[in-house]
Amino acid sequence: MKELTYHRADDAASAVALVAGDPDARFLGGGTNLVDHLKLGVTSPTTLVDVSRLPLDEVTELPDGGLRIGTNVRNSDLAAHRAVRRGWPVVARALLAGASGQIRNQATTGGNLLQRTRCVYFQDVTTPCNKRDPGTGCSAIGGYGRYNAVLGASEACVTTHPSDLAVALAAVDATVVVLGQDGERRVPMSDFHRLPGDRPEQDTTLAHGELVTAVELPATGTARRSTYRKARDRASYAFALVSVAAGLELDDDGRVRDVRIAWGGVAHKPWRAEVAEAELRGRFVSEESVRAAAEAELAAAVTDEQTAYKVPMVRNLTALTLTGLAEGATR
Amino acid sequence: MTADQVTPEPLRSTSSIGTSLLRRDGVEKVTGDATYAVEHPVTGPAGEPPLHAWLVTSTVARGRVVAVDATAALAHAGVVSVVDHTSAPRLADTSDRELAILQDDAIAFRGQIVAIVLAETSESAREGAALVHVEQEAEPHAAAFQEDSPTYAPESVNGGSETDTLDGDPDEALARALVTVDATYTTPHEHNNPMEPHAATALWDGERLTLHDSTQGPRPVRGTLAPMLGLAEEQVRVLAPYVGGGFGSKGLPHAPEMAVALAAMTVPGQPVRLAVTRQQMFALTGYRTPTRSHVRLGAHPDGRLEALRHDAVTQSSRVKEFAEQAAVPARVMYAAPHRATTHRVAELDVPVPSWMRAPGEMPGMYAQEVAVDELALHAGLDPVALRVRNEPDVDPDTGNPWGNRRLVECLRRGAERFGWADRPTGARATVDGEWWVGTGVAASTYPMLWMPGNIARVRSLDGGRYAVAIAATDIGTGARTVLTQIAADALGCPPEAIDLDMADSDLPFGSVAGGSSGTTSWGTAIVAAAQQFRADHGEHPDPGVETTAASGQYADMDGHALHSFGAVFCEARVHRYTGEVRVPRLLGVYSVGRVVNPRTARSQLLGGLVMGLSAALHEEGWRDPRTGHTVTQDLATYHVAAHADVRDIDAEWLDDIDELSTPMGSRGIGEIGIVGTAAAVANATYHATGVRVRDLPLTADHFLE
Repeated sequence: MKELTYHRADDAASAVALVAGDPDARFLGGGTNLVDHLKLGVTSPTTLVDVSRLPLDEVTELPDGGLRIGTNVRNSDLAAHRAVRRGWPVVARALLAGASGQIRNQATTGGNLLQRTRCVYFQDVTTPCNKRDPGTGCSAIGGYGRYNAVLGASEACVTTHPSDLAVALAAVDATVVVLGQDGERRVPMSDFHRLPGDRPEQDTTLAHGELVTAVELPATGTARRSTYRKARDRASYAFALVSVAAGLELDDDGRVRDVRIAWGGVAHKPWRAEVAEAELRGRFVSEESVRAAAEAELAAAVTDEQTAYKVPMVRNLTALTLTGLAEGATR
Repeated sequence: MTADQVTPEPLRSTSSIGTSLLRRDGVEKVTGDATYAVEHPVTGPAGEPPLHAWLVTSTVARGRVVAVDATAALAHAGVVSVVDHTSAPRLADTSDRELAILQDDAIAFRGQIVAIVLAETSESAREGAALVHVEQEAEPHAAAFQEDSPTYAPESVNGGSETDTLDGDPDEALARALVTVDATYTTPHEHNNPMEPHAATALWDGERLTLHDSTQGPRPVRGTLAPMLGLAEEQVRVLAPYVGGGFGSKGLPHAPEMAVALAAMTVPGQPVRLAVTRQQMFALTGYRTPTRSHVRLGAHPDGRLEALRHDAVTQSSRVKEFAEQAAVPARVMYAAPHRATTHRVAELDVPVPSWMRAPGEMPGMYAQEVAVDELALHAGLDPVALRVRNEPDVDPDTGNPWGNRRLVECLRRGAERFGWADRPTGARATVDGEWWVGTGVAASTYPMLWMPGNIARVRSLDGGRYAVAIAATDIGTGARTVLTQIAADALGCPPEAIDLDMADSDLPFGSVAGGSSGTTSWGTAIVAAAQQFRADHGEHPDPGVETTAASGQYADMDGHALHSFGAVFCEARVHRYTGEVRVPRLLGVYSVGRVVNPRTARSQLLGGLVMGLSAALHEEGWRDPRTGHTVTQDLATYHVAAHADVRDIDAEWLDDIDELSTPMGSRGIGEIGIVGTAAAVANATYHATGVRVRDLPLTADHFLE
């Protein structure tokens, strides 16, 4: 048996101090991913600091119309929250597209963002993996690749980020509120996760010991008319092959005033399709215009036999999602 | 145990058979009182608590163990011992190399057992296993099943069937045929994945080995393990009162059962528990080999088949041969004067394939029934009509008359209920919003199998009750319930008057719960014993009298071709933007003889349909050719159908009594539900999209435009 120390944190600052001071300590939230890793041997912390009972479980409406989501708000509660469903439907739909009812009841907002890749090699300690064990090599290159990245991958790592929620948050310009030993800082969602580069072990820009305390959502026109679509290998309880989070705001003559597009299943982080967004601004939304915009974004895609499908799939799904939004479809 | 052989008479009067008697063990199961293999409160003679075993497995696909360094493991708190090939008890017989573990240093596949850790807790055992350092020497390996993999012809194929058959001159007939299909169909690695992993608790008291096992056959496990361990069969007792599913993977003993037995023999008097992890199940407990079927059909313009060739290639292991009989169903399905079937096997450095629900029929009928759909298209015929047109008068394989072939009725009944007549003829004809919509049909078949050697014992008890005993198993099928019903009708009493004892190898011989043969074979023995009991002791026996009888062959297997048949109808929707496939409707109509218990039968048939749907849409084990390792080794990455994938699904059966097969009038039903189902789904996706996919599973990327 592998012994470890379990602390139940009384307040966020002491939790941060405990973890920051110990390289082998980890925060424990809902545990839906970390506990698997303990069993699989993917990680072997000596100390767990349980932050799941900290009173960071409120959804608060902000004076400017935005929303502040405490890190411990459970995925199921967030998906059901009236304000979220009304002002940020993409967030509710992304949550409901993820995992299972049981897992959503357990998983937290902050934990969801910090879940790690489900790459089969990362999760199997008998195979080399640069993310799990830096410098050992990437088994996914030349191996099982169906879920691999097509954008922003590196020679060190070709995996994708598994979260649905993170993709939605990227599409609504969310800000992640982080507490560290030097106090609080605010990280735009687009800077929260990182591309693998030569340090794939680093999923995010957080330092060890920094704790996500909240996620803030600004009220925007694109968030209000937004949705999430996910293609997957079975009807539920599967990670995205690709997914699209999108928000749309049209001007009076029906042209795109503003648009947000984020893709899941294509990169090491939620992929904000800013090239595609720029292509669409000022244009009418049609299948053709969205496909062309998506293809412009996908010009940078690198695929192989196993991942080639992702390019047409995400292009098609983006076209469907945005034309649906333009027609006022609420799905 | 010897017993006189009795061939029973048909049951003339039935009152329990045909009713939906509630599962006899349902309450124990849903309340958690049922004890599974590692839940039995087994202690040693002096109250010794069980030790926990954990398997250490190889990480190279071929090579040898140079050294097992257990120092760190043994230093870990709670670890008691580490057993490896230098310290394991020697087996008396090592000819079965799948089971002869830890006898030498050879590594024949990745994931092979190379050591066993015994510890006081399962957590210590697991950590101990992680601390065992196994130095391995790798040799070049071949683990990829490829078109150019060298193959050979096995002496026979699974089930004892001939490897090749040839009637007429199919190649010449194919060359002449005006309407042809010539295509290759593949199915991937599929893994049985029962809910309860392979697990056992073993106790060796110095004289006797007791194994609480999760198995489809206590007697077959005893009969296999005892001689290897150098024991008389009576020295081994195997019990399996509850089994959390098997789907064939617990039909034969696998290496983990030998591991727990060997481990127990190193600690006499102390029980040992072993539960294989989900990940280990992908290497150690059998799986369905990938298959590649080259099917060629030649027909007249009116759709009548003139020639049929099915050449199947499957994978086997260098450790032990398993030749899946994928081309065997082609021998019985359709009338064609010129026919050939062949089986070839690629021997690789991989784990040993084994039985998975309908071995042979499932992948073989997938290939053939998609090919028949293609033929219908080429002939311009409705797929139901094409099948009806090729209905053989007698069994094409043996020339025997059919016992009870009612395929055409299944097709017609299913077509009527499904609304087949409303179907547009052409493919890619129906759009509903974001979805292409189509329908498909396929036929299914499964042979009537009867296992010889079954023995049942009937004893009268006080108050008009009867004890009935046979070493059968209920792996979740409902066997405990239906055997009670059969015994009740055979003895002419209500089912409440039957005390059924089963799932214990000390009882009279029961064959494996496999090949859809359980109810058929055990039930025939129970009827034989009950009828002999009445002959011996009359209608009003004294309490305590008993009769034991061995089942003679009732089934007329030599005079008639005895098979079940069915027809599966499917509606598939394929997403126009993503290619994702959904199946809103699935219907199977079957001819399976008399249904003993409609409740449990329906569950078996629906379960088969769901498993076929799952194979159609999702299931694919991915073996990394570089390492021989199945990397999709959990239920997050090896997808099986989730609830959301199973929509409107139904099974029905023709009113039937098959007195040629069993005295109950029944045939087996455990497997036919999976047969043909994947083909029906594939055919429906073709009809929806016009895209013909010949390689399972039917994942979204195939249909993407």
